[in-house]
Amino acid sequence: MSLFSRIANVFRGERLNREIEEEYASHLEEAILAGRDPLAARKALGNDLRRREESHDIRVVAWLDTLRSDFIFGWRQLKRNRVTSAAATVSLALAIGASTSAFRLIDALLWRPLPIAHPERLYVLSRQGMGFDNQPGEWDSWAYPDFQLMRTAAKGQAELIAVSWALRSDITYKTDQEMEKAVVQYVSGWMFPTFGIRPAAGRLLTANDDRAPGAAPYAVLSYDYWTRRFGRDPAVVGRTFHYGDGVYQIVGVSEKKFTGTEPGVVVDIFVPALMRPDALRPDTTWMRTLVVVDPGVAVEPLRARLAAVTYAFEKNRLSGETGLSQETLRNVLANQVRMEPAPNGVSGMQKEYSRALAVIAILVVMVLLIACANIANLMTAQAAARSREMALRVSIGAGRVRLIRLVLAESALLALFSSAGGALFSWWSAPLVVGMINPPDNPARLILPADWRVLGFGVLLIACVVLLFGLVPALRASSIKPVSALKGEDSRARPALMHGMIAAQVAFCFLVLFVAGLFVATFEHLATKPVGFSPERLLLLDTIAHHPQPAAYWDQVEDHLRTMPGVERVSQAAWPLLGGNSWNDSISVNGGPPSVTLSWFLNVGPGFFDTMRIPLLSGREFRESDGYPEAAIVNQTFAREFLHDANPVGRTFDKASDDGSFERMQVVGVVADAYYSNIRVMLPVVFVPLHHPVGATGLQPMGEVTYIVRTRSANPLSMASQLRQEVGRVRPELRVSNVETQKELLDAQTLRERMLATLAMFFAVVAILLAGVGLYGVLFYSVIQRRREIGIRIALGARPAHVVRPILSGIALALALGTAAGLTLGLVSTRSIESLLYQVKGSDPVQLAAPCLIVLLAAIMAAVPPIARALHINPVDLLRAE
Amino acid sequence: MAKTDSLQGSLDLLVLKILSRRPRLHGYALMTAIADTSEDVLRAEEGSLYPALHRMEEAGWIRAEWVKRETGRRTRVYELTKAGKEQLAREELRWQTVTSAVNRVLRMA
Repeated sequence: MSLFSRIANVFRGERLNREIEEEYASHLEEAILAGRDPLAARKALGNDLRRREESHDIRVVAWLDTLRSDFIFGWRQLKRNRVTSAAATVSLALAIGASTSAFRLIDALLWRPLPIAHPERLYVLSRQGMGFDNQPGEWDSWAYPDFQLMRTAAKGQAELIAVSWALRSDITYKTDQEMEKAVVQYVSGWMFPTFGIRPAAGRLLTANDDRAPGAAPYAVLSYDYWTRRFGRDPAVVGRTFHYGDGVYQIVGVSEKKFTGTEPGVVVDIFVPALMRPDALRPDTTWMRTLVVVDPGVAVEPLRARLAAVTYAFEKNRLSGETGLSQETLRNVLANQVRMEPAPNGVSGMQKEYSRALAVIAILVVMVLLIACANIANLMTAQAAARSREMALRVSIGAGRVRLIRLVLAESALLALFSSAGGALFSWWSAPLVVGMINPPDNPARLILPADWRVLGFGVLLIACVVLLFGLVPALRASSIKPVSALKGEDSRARPALMHGMIAAQVAFCFLVLFVAGLFVATFEHLATKPVGFSPERLLLLDTIAHHPQPAAYWDQVEDHLRTMPGVERVSQAAWPLLGGNSWNDSISVNGGPPSVTLSWFLNVGPGFFDTMRIPLLSGREFRESDGYPEAAIVNQTFAREFLHDANPVGRTFDKASDDGSFERMQVVGVVADAYYSNIRVMLPVVFVPLHHPVGATGLQPMGEVTYIVRTRSANPLSMASQLRQEVGRVRPELRVSNVETQKELLDAQTLRERMLATLAMFFAVVAILLAGVGLYGVLFYSVIQRRREIGIRIALGARPAHVVRPILSGIALALALGTAAGLTLGLVSTRSIESLLYQVKGSDPVQLAAPCLIVLLAAIMAAVPPIARALHINPVDLLRAE
Repeated sequence: MAKTDSLQGSLDLLVLKILSRRPRLHGYALMTAIADTSEDVLRAEEGSLYPALHRMEEAGWIRAEWVKRETGRRTRVYELTKAGKEQLAREELRWQTVTSAVNRVLRMA
């Protein structure tokens, strides 16, 4: 109560003083009424000011009171230099906001533990070594039968959980014509109890729901999906929906905090793992294996046991495989099983973006440091300008600590305003960055809460920032010598310190520019490289049928689409190029063993190459009469690698399947190289006909096809809804599940590079602006400080070069040192970002020269106004003013 | 100065005691009460009375209230709180102990 009232009194100081006055006044009145001499009574009360101070101090928390006055004084100082304060606040707000955003993204993706019972006991299994494509790599996909064996082996020591990739899928609550998308994930039924997750409605899946294949068509909704799709209607429990070939019943909703185990993906619907149609195939790896280790169990022996189980499983499985080369089999069996802690979940986004985000974070810190250096210089200059005031304070007895506090309070105020701005900036920018990771039809969804973790980071950041830019000026201000300062002697801030700050700014700025340059060049290279086909004006209609439909139906739709106005060409393919799907197998030439190098395959209909504008080099396109597997059209890389022949039309080869069966194919045409699934690697590709003949005359029915439509419109998406309707109108059995443009698929290939280039460019601009403003400020300040000296020099007839030399020499040295340091840092750091670059080297002279030039240009632009001012100093005015 | 000093240790005790008998006194009345009851032997200096009152108020021993007087001016009157009553008992006990001890010493010497 009393402490509270004393704290409260701090903030009502004026009223408190009035009350004290009033009480004394009433005392005097009493005394005079009682017949005392007014003068004597007043005298008896003692010194007005002192007794007021005394009573005041009793009734407030003294340190809080002085702190309050420090802040009020700091606020007045900031108000006095309105423009510089605003500039400092904005630049710092930008830097703090960017830092907070970077923290929020990295925390959400990489650091935040999953909201489950014991995240520290969660591990993920992966394999490392040579893959079936004979490329080194790491995989975390597993086959369910292997998972079952491992789970049995780990009984009593750990629980294994199967979690499939979360896929945006077509589901429907009513008829097929009302299909919608939802992110569906197959999970082990016992995941929910093992993770200690509670239902928000109904019940969750249990081990009972995951005992036998296809036995438990039950589904659990995520809280997010329940809210978005159903407005948290509890009646949703018990409803059914169609997904794939099954009908699922919703049994419950999971609690709000749990959004799945993949940061970057928010799951909508969880279904039992064994509901997956081909769940038990030993050659299909479709899920991750999570391990929840029991307390006290050593990890390494457990890993070794699981590795042994997997080895036995793979050896057994591969013994029947004759479609693979011996070398591949040996390599695959030699894969190492790894068991890594995964307290924050596992996702592809983590793998893809962790390094990129780390680089962004470092750039952000650089910008923050540049901003801090600016404000430190600003504060130093202001403190120097206030040296007389400080000296006066020291002379009337202010302690060193009090002076430090005075300057720090000002810094803290600045930081507080900036962090308010920064919070706004971060609130706006963090989701924006996540929005950049937005491949067509599958946007990343990262949960970005603003909780105590973010708050703690913010508070820590502000404290660091205040100390970074406030402490040095504060210490300098407090070490003032009153006698010399009051006499008007050297009140200049030590230029060496300011120049040091400038050098550091230049170094950081150079580094940011350099890295930004590398990322921009990388993106340029990737975005402008020829891909082998023309992606413009291509609309892709991913079309599905609930049950396989006759090939004639699909062709009928193709023919109809071709007659639509605005449509130039139409063709069918199993899936679009660069769409993320792929199919590979070994090749056997002239009856030889299956090749170690794999070839990639794609089923396409007649007119595919014409529609895609992939040049036909020799031979012919597919015809209606071509059927799988007889005819094949190969790309140049395939012809070179497998057939060692530039014009292999007419030659044959065999496609070797994993099960040891061979299919003979004859080359009917050769096409120019085009990228298949990734624009970074050119793969050998065999295009094969879409239609599989069955029996004497029939064709195999098909379940899905992508219609590739070259439109006449520059914006092919404008025709999307019309074409989508036409497909359903011509053949109600077929339904367009997804519409995208080939351009979107191509852009999706460079999402990370685009994000890096955009963000790095943004920070580069901010960095160069801040550094320029900083340089300008310091130069301007030194001109003002030296104006007397300059005026005298000019009066004595000094040439302009001589006037500016002393001002510029220090700055030039700082620039040179900073650039050198930045250059060194850049060359050292380029190694760690190599994996993010494409066809750019850090040691490239152009990459190094560009930031040098930009820094120099910015320095010149920042230096011209202060220098001009120095040269225009009029000695007469100056001396008159003195 | 000497007079103030003689009261220094016991000012709180006197104020609390007087307030326990006659609640709701203002500062001047307290001062005169100390002088009157001690037959002008003890005098509270105005300069130390008010800081002492404010200190005791912050300590929670006494409670202050503004009341309107006939003259129209507000005056601040004080009364004892529960904590103040306990404090008074402690102070009284301490005073008794000290004075009896001093008396014993005086008798022995």
